[in-house]
Amino acid sequence: MRSLPEPGSLDSDVASLPAVPGAEAPPSATASATPLIVASLAGVLAVSVLLAIGLGAATVPPGETLRYLWAAVTGGSISADDVTAYQIIWQVRTPRVLLAVLVGAGLSVVGVAIQAMVRNALADPFVLGVSSGASAGAVLVGVTGALTALGIYAVSAGAFLGALLVSALVYLASRGAGGLMPLRLVLTGVAMAFGFQAVMSLIVYFVPDGESTSTVLFWSMGGFGAATWGALPVVTVVTAVTVVVLRRFARSLDVLALGDETSVSLGVDTLRLRRGLFVLTSLATGAMVAVSGAIGFVGLVIPHLVRLWVGAAHGRVLAIAPLVGAVFMVWADLVARTLVAPRELPLGVITALVGVPVFVVLLRRRGYLFGGR
Amino acid sequence: MTSLLLDGLSVTIDGAAVVEDLALAVEARQVVGLIGPNGSGKTTALRCVYRALRPTGGAVRIDGKDLSHMPLRDSARVIAALTQEGRADLDFTVEEVVALGRAPHVRGNQALSARERELCRRAMARMEVLHLASRGVLSLSGGERQRVLVARALVQEPQVLVLDEPTNHLDLHHQIRLLSMLKGSGLTVLVTLHDLNLAASACDRLAVLSHGRLVAYGPPADVVTEELLREVFGVEASVVTHPLTGVPQVLYDLGSATTMEGNVA
Repeated sequence: MRSLPEPGSLDSDVASLPAVPGAEAPPSATASATPLIVASLAGVLAVSVLLAIGLGAATVPPGETLRYLWAAVTGGSISADDVTAYQIIWQVRTPRVLLAVLVGAGLSVVGVAIQAMVRNALADPFVLGVSSGASAGAVLVGVTGALTALGIYAVSAGAFLGALLVSALVYLASRGAGGLMPLRLVLTGVAMAFGFQAVMSLIVYFVPDGESTSTVLFWSMGGFGAATWGALPVVTVVTAVTVVVLRRFARSLDVLALGDETSVSLGVDTLRLRRGLFVLTSLATGAMVAVSGAIGFVGLVIPHLVRLWVGAAHGRVLAIAPLVGAVFMVWADLVARTLVAPRELPLGVITALVGVPVFVVLLRRRGYLFGGR
Repeated sequence: MTSLLLDGLSVTIDGAAVVEDLALAVEARQVVGLIGPNGSGKTTALRCVYRALRPTGGAVRIDGKDLSHMPLRDSARVIAALTQEGRADLDFTVEEVVALGRAPHVRGNQALSARERELCRRAMARMEVLHLASRGVLSLSGGERQRVLVARALVQEPQVLVLDEPTNHLDLHHQIRLLSMLKGSGLTVLVTLHDLNLAASACDRLAVLSHGRLVAYGPPADVVTEELLREVFGVEASVVTHPLTGVPQVLYDLGSATTMEGNVA
């Protein structure tokens, strides 16, 4: 009697496998190249920051810039002639460029996390309606004069609270028996965005002063014009915590991308992971929107660009995306404030004008797949 | 070795009983095939085993222990699953997907050891996907992807393997290879299959579900009968004995399908 081929037990079968030529190849080249890429990008970022601090309406050569920065950090002295330049460098441009670094890095990693959380390639940090909530909060504070106890931070606080309010509403509305459902999250977020935009329009309609209109414009386009040293500590902590925490969960994010059922079978509690991601990304986005408005495009495109470059594994993507996002944001901000100086272009305009063509070309050139062909 | 017990398993979804009081023991190293028409509760029962679903009644037990009292990671080290989710969201490479099978065994982002990388390589070779190692999974054909996912499940080093329609998308060669691999794997296997002939060849025991209830259980020769095909599957077919292996095989033609009572939507 002939029977089906007997492959033997798992172990014996495996042991009898012939060595396959070329199969000894180490993990793909990109994986081992990650530290090198990170180091190079860190270098590029450092140079970009230095140049961006020096460049502007009043151009300061990099050497001078370094000298001022050194004096500021070490408490050294500068000559009286240099005071104006020093003020521009240290009080205006440095916090602005550093904020661009932090927000660029933060929005990029939050974008990666949100795309994984809602399993949607079109998702970005604002897909859950956070930006409209922040704008509405900011405008409301501006118009009503609420939160005056917070002084110059009142509007930012209003934006943050608005962002959190929207997140909480989206969370409550998307919760079901199976936890937060990805598609429901996106749909609820989009609906909330429309709702809060309507609220905002209503406020502007009834209180048609120039200030509320420009507040709306600022919060929906974003920018670093209002950057101060005071805003940096909070954003630094938020961005650092977000990057560190997300990187710790890199493998779980990989598993999540295989599907919810598969994730559970691999020991990843998707309900808890998604809940954690939601809270973390909402707080981070809220904090960033509060200081810089809703800078679109970065959180959507940088994740895709980085995946195109180094593949999909989150360990790599989350190491590289914050640096790419930071470099991109520093240059975008530089263009925004120098192109038609002394006027300043809205940052969102630059990120979109520069990023969209690059992105479309890259998408077409490489066989990039996200969930389908 | 590890045995799997569905202990009076019941699942009610929106008031409808999808699985009712299902009692099924899969002994260690046995391959048990779960067969039944569409909507009979096969997938639902399997989802309870790999813990995507919490049973509303009864329990799934591994060596007597109730799964619902085990942390997910712990059960994932014992039970691996091939689900019907074919597609990943992101374009990981084949070797990255296979390596994710180690997720329940490694802490956080810890890199895989040399032994684990060798394990991955062997699983890929075993499923004949080693040549695809650096390809993106989203560009694979359905059958290739299915084999990659089985390799990922093997890398999990489970004692119990649960597979939902593993032969989907596979060509005949790979269907036979996969099932013979399961039979010879020494693992405790619970598998749903639509092809009754393959099921009869590959499984030690067959369990037949109909409307969420277990209606037949036993060695293929006892289960695959013309009467069962008529009553459960709504098919008038002939059952013959395979001349070489002795297992029952179903012969049917396009006139075989009958109208099934109680199955009218």
